[in-house]
Parts: sequence; C-alpha cells; structure tokens
Amino acid sequence: MSLKIIANLCTGCSACEPECPNEAISELKNLFVIDPDKCTECEGDYDTPQCVAVCPIDDCILPLQTQAA
Amino acid sequence: MESAAASYVSLADLKSSHNVLATPAEAPAHVGCGTSGGEGKASCGTSAGPDDMPAHVWDKVKNHPCYSEEAHHHYARMHVAVAPACNIQCNYCNRKYDCSNESRPGVVSQKLTPEQAVKKVVAVASEIPQMTVLGVAGPGDSLANPKKTFDTFRMLQEQAPDIKLCLSTNGLALPDLVDEICKYNIDHVTITINMVDPEIGAKIYPWIFWDHKRITGVEASRILHEQQMKGLEMLTARGVLTKINSVLIPGINDAHMIEVNKAVKARGAFLHNIMPLISEAEHGTVFGLTGQRGPTAQELKAVQDACMGGANLMRHCRQCRADAVGLLGEDRSEEFTLDKIEEMEVVYDLDRRRTYQERVEAERQAQHAAKVEALAATEGNEAAKDIKVLVAVATTGGGRVNQHFGHADEFQIFEVSAGEALFVGHRRVDLYCQGGYGEDEQLPSIVNAINDCHAVLVSKIGACPRDELKGAGIEPVDAYADEFIEKAALSWFADYTGRVARGEIAHAERGDASIRQGAFTAAA
Repeated sequence: MSLKIIANLCTGCSACEPECPNEAISELKNLFVIDPDKCTECEGDYDTPQCVAVCPIDDCILPLQTQAA
Repeated sequence: MESAAASYVSLADLKSSHNVLATPAEAPAHVGCGTSGGEGKASCGTSAGPDDMPAHVWDKVKNHPCYSEEAHHHYARMHVAVAPACNIQCNYCNRKYDCSNESRPGVVSQKLTPEQAVKKVVAVASEIPQMTVLGVAGPGDSLANPKKTFDTFRMLQEQAPDIKLCLSTNGLALPDLVDEICKYNIDHVTITINMVDPEIGAKIYPWIFWDHKRITGVEASRILHEQQMKGLEMLTARGVLTKINSVLIPGINDAHMIEVNKAVKARGAFLHNIMPLISEAEHGTVFGLTGQRGPTAQELKAVQDACMGGANLMRHCRQCRADAVGLLGEDRSEEFTLDKIEEMEVVYDLDRRRTYQERVEAERQAQHAAKVEALAATEGNEAAKDIKVLVAVATTGGGRVNQHFGHADEFQIFEVSAGEALFVGHRRVDLYCQGGYGEDEQLPSIVNAINDCHAVLVSKIGACPRDELKGAGIEPVDAYADEFIEKAALSWFADYTGRVARGEIAHAERGDASIRQGAFTAAA
C-alpha cells in the first residue's frame, strides 16, 4: 500500500515532507514524490495519512492503486 | 512594473532615482505621513517620532519600513521565499497561484533554499545599502517551516549582522517557537489575526493542521485563536514588537474588526494593519470563486477610523509579495533573480552600509525639521470647522507635491480639515501616461480610485485629464508644485473653504472609491 502525489497538482510547497513518519517523501525537480516502498499510508502511526491531511490541494495525494486503475 | 520600461518616463528610472541617493544634498526630501506625532499618531500609527515612544522602542522601529511610516520612505526591506509550506488554509489564499505580475501577499515567483536566500540577501544588501530589514513572510507560513526560516536567519546573522530580521506568521505554531524567535534577536513579528471569535473564523479558515490531524469548522478557529492570543502575549512579555495584520472581509469580519483591535491592543500589539481583502475570480481563491468582494476605499477607511484610539494603525501597507525587494510600494525582485545573483560580484561592506545609512539618517532629520518649520508657518482655517475632505497627492517622495499626474502609479490620500492634514492611506492606480501619451481608457480607473477625494494635488497635469477630472467633480490642483504635502493641502483647503464661504462654489460630499484589485501592472 502506498500513496502517490499527482505531479501536475503538486505546488512543491513541501508541507508533506516533514510530516511523513517514514521519511518516504522527497523533493524531485521542485515537486515532491512518495517512495512507494517506504509509504505505509501512516498505518500504525496515525489515524489518517499525514501528507493528505496537510496538503493544501484537494485530491493531490491519492492511493497508488486508484491512480493505476 | 517591467511593462512600463518602454514608456515615456520609465518607471524603473523614476523608482531608482528616488531609491538610491546619489549624494545627500541631491536626495529628495522626506515624505511625511501627515503628522510627526502628537494628535495624528492614532491614525497614522508609526508616524510617531522619537518623542512619542520610549528610546528602546524607537530604536527598534526607526529603520523598519513596515513599522515606521516615516522610515518606509528611506529604508528598504526584502522578503525571501524560503517558507512555502503552510499549516492552515485561508479562504483568501490560493496556494497554486504564482505570477510575476501579481502583487498579492503570499505570491512568489521562485522559492529559495536557505542558502540561496542568504546569498540573495547579501547581494541585495550590497546593491541597496538602505536595505535594512529581511523578512520571512511565506509564501506559506514562516513557522510552519521552522528549520528553513531559522536556518536562513542563523546563516544571515553570521554574514550580515546589521540586517534586522523579522517574520510573519498565522500564529498557529507561534507559542512553541517564541523562545527560538528570541534566540535570533528578532525584534518584529507580524501575526495575521482576522478574528477573535471562532464562529467568524470558521467562515475564513476551512481547516488547520494540528496535532497530526486536519481539524475543520469552529474547532479549527478556536485552536487558532487560542494560539494567536497566547503567542501574542508571550511576544509582548519578551519585549518583541508585534504588528497584527487583519484582512477586512465585508460581511464577515468588518463589524468585528473593532473587537480584534481591542483584543490585540489589550495584549500589547504595537501596530494594527487593517488591509482590504483582494478578491477576484481569476485568483482562484475560495472567496474569489464565491464572489466575496473586498471593501471599498470608504468602507476600509471607516473601519480604520473606528479603530483609532485602539492599537496604533498602520496605513502605509502595500500588501507586498512574499518575495518583494526594495522600498514599500516598489518591487525590484526582478533585478535579483537567482541567475542574476550568480553573475554578481558581491562584496558585503558593512562600513559602507553604515556610512550610507548615516547619511540617509542625517538627510531624514533635515527633511523632518524643514517640514516642521514649513507647517508651523501654515495658518489654520478657523472658518471651516465643519468641513473635512480627502485630497489625493502625487508625489515621488520627499514629502512634497512633486509628481506629474500622468506619472503617478499611486496617490497618497490626506484627510484635510481646519488646521490639520492627516495621511490616511494610499491608492494604487494604472499609470495614465504610457509611451508619452495619456491613455484615456485609464482615466476612469484613476477617477474610480480617488473618487472620494475633492482634489488631486500634482506638480503638473495635462489639459485632457484636467477636464475629465473636473467633469468627475475632482479639482486638479497644480498651484502647489514642490510644496510640502501638508502645507499644500492646507493651503488648498483654505482656498477651497474661502470659495465656499464666498458662495462661489457649493461644498458637497464626495462618493466612494474602489480599491484596485490584483495585478501589479496594467499590461504585460
């Protein structure tokens, strides 16, 4: 399970990066990406994925599966 | 502003000519704010001088363009966009927006790392010796990016110890970081406080990110409000000067603003800056899309006037971008993009900066004294006790009526009554003269911007706009070119009330004026 940042919605604001308990988020060409191998959707750490809760743009961060489908 | 580069009088030339003082003798005189303290203090906040406040406070504000109305004509500031992240959502803010022609707060063209930011500050400070203040103002929240903000401050302090540091914040994370703020000797903190009632807050803030959760509704605003008040109290207790920014949103917090003013004054706020909401559909903000309008000029003034006597008001705010560079009301950030900084040979010469600033200070004192003397010689008009009018003034600086109507991209607004001319604000307009010719289609927007004024004082004005202004009921006045503004305004007022008394004209109230929205430049 993992979340994905939709690149054309990401503003590169960096709010998500420090909130991730797994250090799965990093900067890439002024935007941010999630390492699917590290992302746990915050399960076991928080009630809701932290990056989704802090992101200022609606639907910018979605489950990877939804994206693939 | 770059769009004006090809015009008859280059705006860049105009700006730089009064931005960089060649020699003190040639420097423009100081622009006053209507008063130099005393009675005008409440309406003009920080036009107060050294006689109006304790020495240690004056020492902190005298070179800060945002905290001292007088200083803002002499000293420049810059913002560095190192803090893109935010911990709350505001209905007047759109985080997706970025445009170089846009002057709304929070908008930037290029976000910077702390290292890049420090490099930029040092480059600007070397080029503009009167740049005395560095602020971190976003485009997100400075304290939602504490590492980036404080890394910037720490590195800058090592390289340029004379530059004052300040930051602005929504206050949510403030109480936890007050001690850190004090560690960097930060003298000035701006907190944006739009409400002291969470029910009202819920209409402004859809959510906050707090304690690892997104919190919505009244609860979000309750937490934000508590943190803001606590943070303000803590700063006051530590002697840090605070400026409170409030966005005036008609129908939402306009009637409430006096409560905000009282609450922040009670907690020791130094200045209260009530700013108009800027809201257009194309900005893509929630308020822009729902059609929430900003206040008119008279609505804004009415709220500011109602708050007089409370916390001191700031009336010279230009609502600048989070990456602005230069004097308030101008933006030289285009000269200092990262590419250009790379090419600059930067030598940070502290002694040169000090020497320059001493000259600026001496010039400022001389101008101040000249103005006081000129005003002392101006007789009040006892016959016109009941009349109070607004006049618009075109000035390039120096506290004098010295700008051609067609070259003004903003007008200073003075409220004039018998024996008193008080600075109450400014109005941005689209330049009338482009390419050497008057742009007739611009004139209605200029008239709209100063439509609540009885007269406009200018150094010169063409025949065409003169007739148009007269037609709109605004008297164009060029009889007081190069006079000090207050003296000119009072002289015109005496003449005006004289004509009224002799029955030559009838005094009538003026209408309202509109506040210019959005883009910094008329045409790209």
